[in-house]
Amino acid sequence: MADTLATPKAHGHVEHHDVDYLHDGSLLSWLTTVDHKKLGVMYLWSVLFMFFLGGVFALLVRLELFAPGKQFMDAETYNKVFTLHGAIMVFLFIIPSIPAALGNFVLPIMLGAKDVAFPRLNLASFWIYVVGALIAVTAMVTGGVDTGWTFYTPYSTTTDGSVALMTFAAFVLGFSSILTGVNFIATVHKLRAPGMGWFRMPLFIWGMYSTAIIQVLATPVLAITLLLLIMERTFGVGVFDPKLGGDPVLFQHFFWFYSHPAVYIMILPGMAIISEVVPTMSQKTFFGYKATAFSSVAIAIVSFVVWGHHMFTSGQSQLAGAIFSFLTFLVGIPSAIKVFNWITTMYKGSISLQAPMLYALMFLILFGIGGLTGLFLGAMSVDIHLHDTYFVVAHFHYVMMGSTAIAFLAGLHYWWPKMFGRMYNESAARVSAVLVFIGFNTTFLPQFLLGSRGMPRRYYNYLPEFQFLHQVSTVGSWILALGFVIMAGYLFASLRKKMDAPANPWHGRSLEWQIPSPPITHNFHEVPVITTEPYDYYRPFEPSVKGHH
Amino acid sequence: MSDHAHAHSSSARIYVVILAALLVLTGVTVGAAYVNFGSSSINLIIAVLIATVKATLVAMFFMHLRHDPPINAIIFVSSLIFLGLFLLFPLIDIGSRDKVVPYGLRVQAQPAAQKKAATPAAAAGGEHGAAPAAAGHAPAH
Amino acid sequence: MSSDSHVAEHGAEPAFRQHHFINAEQQFDTSKLGMWLFLATEILMFGGLFVGYGLMQSVYPEAWIAGHHHLDRIMGAINTVFLLCSSFTMVMAVHSASTNNKGKTIMNLLLTLGFAGGFLVIKYFEYAHKFHDGLLPGRFFSYHGGGPAEQAMFFGFYFCMTGLHGIHVLIGMILISWITLRTMKGEFSSAYYTPVDLVGLYWHLVDLIWIYLFPLLYLVN
Repeated sequence: MADTLATPKAHGHVEHHDVDYLHDGSLLSWLTTVDHKKLGVMYLWSVLFMFFLGGVFALLVRLELFAPGKQFMDAETYNKVFTLHGAIMVFLFIIPSIPAALGNFVLPIMLGAKDVAFPRLNLASFWIYVVGALIAVTAMVTGGVDTGWTFYTPYSTTTDGSVALMTFAAFVLGFSSILTGVNFIATVHKLRAPGMGWFRMPLFIWGMYSTAIIQVLATPVLAITLLLLIMERTFGVGVFDPKLGGDPVLFQHFFWFYSHPAVYIMILPGMAIISEVVPTMSQKTFFGYKATAFSSVAIAIVSFVVWGHHMFTSGQSQLAGAIFSFLTFLVGIPSAIKVFNWITTMYKGSISLQAPMLYALMFLILFGIGGLTGLFLGAMSVDIHLHDTYFVVAHFHYVMMGSTAIAFLAGLHYWWPKMFGRMYNESAARVSAVLVFIGFNTTFLPQFLLGSRGMPRRYYNYLPEFQFLHQVSTVGSWILALGFVIMAGYLFASLRKKMDAPANPWHGRSLEWQIPSPPITHNFHEVPVITTEPYDYYRPFEPSVKGHH
Repeated sequence: MSDHAHAHSSSARIYVVILAALLVLTGVTVGAAYVNFGSSSINLIIAVLIATVKATLVAMFFMHLRHDPPINAIIFVSSLIFLGLFLLFPLIDIGSRDKVVPYGLRVQAQPAAQKKAATPAAAAGGEHGAAPAAAGHAPAH
Repeated sequence: MSSDSHVAEHGAEPAFRQHHFINAEQQFDTSKLGMWLFLATEILMFGGLFVGYGLMQSVYPEAWIAGHHHLDRIMGAINTVFLLCSSFTMVMAVHSASTNNKGKTIMNLLLTLGFAGGFLVIKYFEYAHKFHDGLLPGRFFSYHGGGPAEQAMFFGFYFCMTGLHGIHVLIGMILISWITLRTMKGEFSSAYYTPVDLVGLYWHLVDLIWIYLFPLLYLVN
């Protein structure tokens, strides 16, 4: 690691000192860059592309479900398409979206560092992600996968198709996620600028740090689970096969030991963004900073002991089910602390309803619905009825899409001027935000009703009495798609303009707003010294960064 | 690094002592395996305890956790704690499955196979070719 | 303190320091922290296999005892001694590197490689024996000596765990060869020997895992 990036001997001015990072180096140099900002941008385009791809599959699924029976694809294709939608959205979009794209860009700057702790690992992480994505695409093209993204045994050990290849892709993607996590933890521990104590870190960092803990501790178990699954398919070891004395429920334990914490790999970064956007756009000191910071860590830790609530109907013992059900309710405490603190932060603030704040407000509503319906599902007796119905589908879409993806959009609109140095069209952004909100609720609210009336998830066909709600849901998906098309339009349009973004369009206080938009290659001319608390909106602004104007 | 260097000057001798201790403990654990302590689980516990002592020696001295910033040891120990959680919950699950089989559905197992009946596998073991998931879950429902 | 000594040796800017670190000590501590985080992922990955092994042992104790009778305790014990000695020579290599003793560093690294190679040779003979007797995982299990059928699962775990561990030994040998070459080229000194230290940590972890594998696989009774 030591031989790259060796500093020039003298402290003199390097020639690219004042060039913004976007114009530093040729286009080809991006491919081997170790600059966290460029890697963040490359991750951003990759995850946006994956979001588009997963979105197309989602639209196909909804279209097929417009009426009972076959519309335009047969049942087997349908299984493959919803698996593709799930696997792409989970492994290729949501998990890397906020940490790898926005986190990579913002985290070192917020800490006052010039880069992440291990820039070359960061580059490796990106290319491993690309390789994993390519393997996943290969698996889709050659045979496809029809197991759902959970790869449950014994179906996954017996079905044809490219299960082994697809699980290998998930294995590789897990590696990329681990490297990001290792990098973030080391950066937060060792590269904070002078004066940046743990409780002077912006809350975004606390969220990223908690996420990184989960990435490091949980992802390896996914690796070994998928390895055992591949062993099972090739050697018939029998660990998960009841015919050979194994236990298919054990696979679910293994899978959810990773994948439940992974749900918090998805939501914690979303909460982290909201914790930035809300105080800035309300121009108000964060209410309950420490409680919010610790609640992130608490969620990370509790997330490791609640996985069994995915398995209430799987043949797990009732004692284990009762324990898991009880523990699941604990997650509600830190989550509620956060929600109350965001709302209290807004109270009597001077709220400006620009695009980032619109998305943050949307998050509060949708996460409220997603989180509270989670409590229904966490209660074992209720879950027996709702398990594997559309209620679950609606619940996790409210959390994954309605909360995480919406928070990602909040962050995207919040930091877009910083990343690319350009403002987008605010009116178009507001129209798109309203469409996304209406479209999302039209798509998924009916699914709560469908689920509670007994419509099972993953089914290709359904009874005629469900048709109306399915059609409402499908129409909703079109409104949602329209919102995203407008968004793509104004974001691309902004890139064609000349750079017009001020350094601090939202009047934020964290370090990234104290350097130019877009930042220079090394972020800071001099190492900033932090003397103020984060979010101290109650007093006049004293910048910590010197040497920028 | 001056304090590191200071620690190192006497450390070569410590490493020899640690190696000797590790080799002796290896001998002890092999020897203990030939002694019957009354039950196989006691033997297992003794073997794991000795292994843990050895692992602690390696981590503290060979891996320098004794001199490192405490965060490295915290990372190491927390990885073990989370591993413990990972073992604990499935163990609770597998250990308590036979206690909650609803009345009337309990599999009539041979006394010798009583232990096996606790697992979903036992029922399926006999009937090859049956749908694995359904057969596997029969005794648990 | 440590940065001062570097300044004395290398002038204002040691060449190995990366631009985003304030001083060499920060870089050294950060590298070690990163390595420990990586080791934590390794522990949890192997841990998954240990958990599966332990759970299945609690279900099929007889099969596990029958299975372990096919393993050679003597060979396992010799391999344990090999790995412990290799850990010792590794830590001596790190020690020599940190005290500018290039010759001893190289000697200790080569000794480590030797012990690691010996480990793999013995492992090879053990594997060959298992293959010969048909003591193989899952559907390839063709042993005719009787015993519970779940021995096939025991050997599934046996090959998974020792196989994954063996791959780590192999990777470790490649890494040790790499730092041996770099030591020969004179790239390390008491001011900068981070790669030797990190490979050492990795190697000790490989040893640490074997410390648990040995009693759990070979000494169940």
